[in-house]
Amino acid sequence: MLGHRLSEWCGHGPILEEDIALTNIALDLVGEANLLLGRAATAENAGRDADALAFLRDVREYRNALIVELPKGDFGFTVARQFLFSVYALHQWEALSTSADDDLAGIAAKALKETRYHVRHSAEWLVRLGDGTDESHGRVQDALDELWRFTGELFLTDDVEQALVKQKLAVDSSSLFDAWKRDVTDVISRATLRMPGDVYMQRGGRSGMHTEHLGVMLAEMQVLPRTYPGAKW
Amino acid sequence: MTPTPAATEDPKRLAEFEARIARGDTIEPKDWMPEKYRRQLIRMMSQHAHSEVVGMLPEGNWITRAPSLRRKMSLLAKVQDEAGHGLYIYCGAETLGVDRHELVSQLLNGTAKYASIFNYPTLTWADIGAIGWLVDGAAIVNQTMLAKASYGPYARAMVRICKEENFHKRQGFEIMSLLSAGTPEQRAMAQDALDRWWWPSLMMFGPHDKDSPNSGELLRWGIKQKGNDELRQRFVNLTVGQAKAINLTIPDPKLRHDAETGNWAFGEIDWDEFWRVVKGDGQCNRERLTARRKAHADGAWVREAAEAHAAKRARLESVA
Repeated sequence: MLGHRLSEWCGHGPILEEDIALTNIALDLVGEANLLLGRAATAENAGRDADALAFLRDVREYRNALIVELPKGDFGFTVARQFLFSVYALHQWEALSTSADDDLAGIAAKALKETRYHVRHSAEWLVRLGDGTDESHGRVQDALDELWRFTGELFLTDDVEQALVKQKLAVDSSSLFDAWKRDVTDVISRATLRMPGDVYMQRGGRSGMHTEHLGVMLAEMQVLPRTYPGAKW
Repeated sequence: MTPTPAATEDPKRLAEFEARIARGDTIEPKDWMPEKYRRQLIRMMSQHAHSEVVGMLPEGNWITRAPSLRRKMSLLAKVQDEAGHGLYIYCGAETLGVDRHELVSQLLNGTAKYASIFNYPTLTWADIGAIGWLVDGAAIVNQTMLAKASYGPYARAMVRICKEENFHKRQGFEIMSLLSAGTPEQRAMAQDALDRWWWPSLMMFGPHDKDSPNSGELLRWGIKQKGNDELRQRFVNLTVGQAKAINLTIPDPKLRHDAETGNWAFGEIDWDEFWRVVKGDGQCNRERLTARRKAHADGAWVREAAEAHAAKRARLESVA
């Protein structure tokens, strides 16, 4: 989802170097999605592959966190979202790299390297924009405030996850919160930005209760496989 | 670039320079070169860089609709490569004493050109295949020749870029080949894309040599090694067999093999269309420039912030 959103910047970035960087991150994320969906398809063992899971599920069957499906916004929004998500992903991948599932551990080890770069890149930009001009400071602060209500969901756990935790396959997402908060607070303060205040945390992605944006995004993303059923590309 | 009056070059230095070109020497940034050589190179390299950047738009148009995860990744990687090529060639042009920002502003104010082919719209997924196969294919024919250009930084950039373009061309051909062997709708999509991109691809080589205002000088100074018509013929010869291999028909009733020359003779290009699109009346000329201008304008606050932050850091470091 986030790879898709980032790819919308391609050809429209503020400087050519950022077109390259954002496309590069998008490519990493789509690559990670491909591997994870492939692993999920194997686990499901119902004849679906990664593409079927990506292109032939509708909104209510998608299980992504809401934060990643939000429209890309301005560059400040994109940077703030990438930062908040990548720090979460970093801790998630770190924990998953010791999963009892070898495939998942392998995917995590690869993704961890990529995510370190995503964190560094987005944190550098957050600091630049936060501690840049009055305009950039205002824009990126607004973005953080707007995004904050979607961060809580990242650290919710549920019965499915708990069952996997017991088998040492997955990690309890709630256990990642403290490390995330510490890292995020540190960079936000270096960026001379203010931590957003307590707000009601939106949730629903994990149970298929999405924002209205997802349906529009899937309509675009899935148009070819849906229009030409069974065709190979 | 500040416009320099057409300099009268020292005849002795000019003769030495032309002797070096004739010997096949490579000209490097610090070497003496005639002002017109420098200007021709800046024009060509900046046009090339702009083309890479504008070329991201028609292909970027399909990233969010790529039909599989693998195709999405390949297309992302391809467009990323193109941005990289743009950056690399801008840097190459800077070795000639011109500033990248100046070149970009020439693109945005419409005084610099970019490859006209990107003023055609990408209507279906097959267009992504056709662009890879034909547009990158034509670019490779051109760039393989430019890799032997007399100016070192340009030639070296072309060597590296050609390697990646070859990869893009293979990907494009693979897309077309799968479509052609796919469902009747996919096959029709592939043929339609070839019908629409064939002639504009031939136009990529530019006007006939006799109508090309820059060709003579470019050839004499080794910036170009071959004329437009010879390169166009080479491209046609290479591509006819490829189209046959994937059962697609090149939309030219006059296409025939000439046993005498060994070439594939082809029909006349619609030069009215060529000049119309070059002069700004292609379907997407305005859209492409508007998209670049919008990206530049929307990004202004980001660039200002980055500069302001860098200045703050520099002040802090100088205090420390």
